[in-house]
Amino acid sequence: MTLKEIKEILQADVITGEDSLDEEITFAGGSDLMSDVLAFGKPGILLLTGLSNSQSVRTANIIDAKAIVYVRGKKPDEEGIKFAREKGIPLLSTKLMMYATCGLLFSHGLPGVSNLP
Amino acid sequence: MTMNDEHVLSQKFIIKGGDFSNAGKTSTSIKEILKELGIVPSIVIRASIAVYEAEMNVVMYANKGLVTLNITPEELHLKLEDEGQGISDIDQAMKEGFSTATHEMREMGFGAGMGLPNIKKNADRFKIISIPGTGTTLDIIFFLNKTGNK
Repeated sequence: MTLKEIKEILQADVITGEDSLDEEITFAGGSDLMSDVLAFGKPGILLLTGLSNSQSVRTANIIDAKAIVYVRGKKPDEEGIKFAREKGIPLLSTKLMMYATCGLLFSHGLPGVSNLP
Repeated sequence: MTMNDEHVLSQKFIIKGGDFSNAGKTSTSIKEILKELGIVPSIVIRASIAVYEAEMNVVMYANKGLVTLNITPEELHLKLEDEGQGISDIDQAMKEGFSTATHEMREMGFGAGMGLPNIKKNADRFKIISIPGTGTTLDIIFFLNKTGNK
């Protein structure tokens, strides 16, 4: 599924990375706890999070996440957005809460990170 | 610089304790260096995760920290030496879920008691020495002559 499809399913706004919406996303994982993201994250993951400080973007960069979707309408601060732009990490924001975000993407066929072999 | 010559890369970085807004910058720089050196991507990720967790620990718990990155053709060695409160019971600190984090740390998405166990999990070799009231030293080592499929 492409980022563009994800944007439409979640009715999300694109904070940065408008030109990367054709990127293919193959799995996702959701957490507000960056320690957990560092423990379960795999390169290429779509990170769903409600943690909107710049640590979320730095963590995504460390694990080579493909993009971040912020839930509950959150958006990172300017520094986080600038960093994401530098590193080429698209950022999206949806008004949906975490459960609904995960559920919608899952029901559209996007598997979770733990389902990978 | 390539990994083929016998040159050893050695670089030092200072981490300021309590500086939450810059937390993670050192690890980001180290990741860039490792990528530029052409180190196997799986090792780049494991080393980046380990040094990021270690950096967050310095920011959260210590007054300051010194990171020394040493690379030889055989191994990648990250040494973190901090000045701070130290850890009195290392066995307890190594347990997943054990944490002495404050509310501020948890708001940053850290402090879940996963840091040290995650560093150990990612490293090929991990050593921790701590003197309560003085500080903690971590040695995090990755073997470069393997394929990195830990």
